[in-house]
Amino acid sequence: MKVLVAVKRVIDYNVKPRVKMDGTGVDLTNVKMSMNPFDEIAVEEAIRLKEKGVATEIVVVSIGPAKAQETLRTALAMGADRAVHVTTDEEVEPLGVAKLLAKIADEEQPQLIILGKQAIDDDNNATGQMLAALLGWPQGTFASKLDPSDGEVSVTREVDGGLETDKLKLPAVITTDLRLNEPRYASLPNIMKAKSKPLATKTPDELGVDISRRLETLKVTEPPKRQAGDKVGSVDELVGKLKALGVVA
Amino acid sequence: MKTLVYVEHEGGQIKDATLAAVTAASKLGEVHALVAGSNVGAIADAATKIAGIGKVHVADGAHLDHGLAENVAPVAAKLMESHDAFVAPATTTGKNIAPRVAALLDVMQISEILSVEDENTFTRPIYAGNAIATVRTGDAKKVLTVRGTAFEKAAREGGSGSVENVDVGGDSGSSSFVGLEASKSDRPELTSAKVIVSGGRAFGSSEQFHSLLDPLADKLGAAVGASRAAVDAGYAPNDYQVGQTGKIVAPEVYIAIGISGAIQHLAGMKDSKVIVAINKDEEAPIFQVADIGLVGDLFKIVPELTEKL
Repeated sequence: MKVLVAVKRVIDYNVKPRVKMDGTGVDLTNVKMSMNPFDEIAVEEAIRLKEKGVATEIVVVSIGPAKAQETLRTALAMGADRAVHVTTDEEVEPLGVAKLLAKIADEEQPQLIILGKQAIDDDNNATGQMLAALLGWPQGTFASKLDPSDGEVSVTREVDGGLETDKLKLPAVITTDLRLNEPRYASLPNIMKAKSKPLATKTPDELGVDISRRLETLKVTEPPKRQAGDKVGSVDELVGKLKALGVVA
Repeated sequence: MKTLVYVEHEGGQIKDATLAAVTAASKLGEVHALVAGSNVGAIADAATKIAGIGKVHVADGAHLDHGLAENVAPVAAKLMESHDAFVAPATTTGKNIAPRVAALLDVMQISEILSVEDENTFTRPIYAGNAIATVRTGDAKKVLTVRGTAFEKAAREGGSGSVENVDVGGDSGSSSFVGLEASKSDRPELTSAKVIVSGGRAFGSSEQFHSLLDPLADKLGAAVGASRAAVDAGYAPNDYQVGQTGKIVAPEVYIAIGISGAIQHLAGMKDSKVIVAINKDEEAPIFQVADIGLVGDLFKIVPELTEKL
């Protein structure tokens, strides 16, 4: 079966984001950018499905500016077969992204669409669920285990109370959680090979999707800072402090 | 404005996170609730008693059991014809359902709100809580998820809402619940605990994590949490994880032991009232947010602390 994977180029997860002085957003000039970590897990899962002989082709999609192609090349170097780049310099919201991906799903007819559960920049955790709704497909969110067989996929989900297992009829949308797998690094030969893999470009207009924003960001500020307190020198002192706070009798 | 709060429930109990969502919704206007599930009469009754809830819409059907998003979202979307805002707790259940409702309504969801500034304007964390965005929606209907630690919990008693049965929709047939491997514990739940003791990778093994932390937690009546590093190393189950990608907690006291204080961990616990840090590295970033710090070897400190409490 064909698997579609959506990836986003975001600030590298090791970089501490800095809020711009003018309060318009987070400063991304000269900041290291990488594939969203949850999306890397999505790409890895698709590749493992292909290695198991379950997936036949992996198509990776990214929506964003020209540099999003670097992220797509990374996915191709990991093992995806071809890429689709939807070019836009707008910051597209999850609803817009879901609409674009739904159009691409109409064209590509995948059996499985795998996405990260959230992007680590805007932290919305919404695109996968929205895409499933637009397509009328079932959704397996926050997946830590996938087991497709016979027109169905069994999904183990990381929920607040433990691990929930659901069975979904294919086609389905999956969003990944951290423990689904550990993504591989692309090897140098594969990075070279990825340069010649097919990469198609489209625009939101060509796909007939209105991506205008529904939310306006009025300002972005730093969160309130906590002040460091005192260090104590011994367990006895700590117990004394805890008693003073009324934590223990 | 008429709001519709999604009532999250489990084992016949309404979850605390719902109560925070009620408080957030009450800042927007009239509060209605949606109770969806199978045999949920008692939960609907309990919901009518929550202070501030006017009407409880009850969708009772076998296909709504376990809150399958494919079946619940259309029921909620239908009810939104006569409501202005869908408000769900930002729990895994709420996060699973709300965006699906939003897409059915062609609305952009506002995720994990921290405050209601006015009926169209909200604040929410971005970049793992390293920045706070103030956003205004232009959508006629709103879909919000609510960060539970940012709002007071509405009282479980004192309300006198009415109950109305609503269209339960049909079974999509596309998804089914197979099972829940619940993490069993006699301790309080992380998101509602007053005290949390949390362990990091410094514990070295699952055995040491539990043999040291469990007795301390028992002494304090505390919940046990873990850093992502400890969970990834297999010392603690995934639902122990506190952090941006795990649970967001804000207890009275958070005791971080052997946790260095990575950005993503701090994002999950920095709103705790008092933070206590125990770490052998006095330069560990956790000390920058801790109210009380103790530098030393946790293998000596934790048993001594447990004994002396």
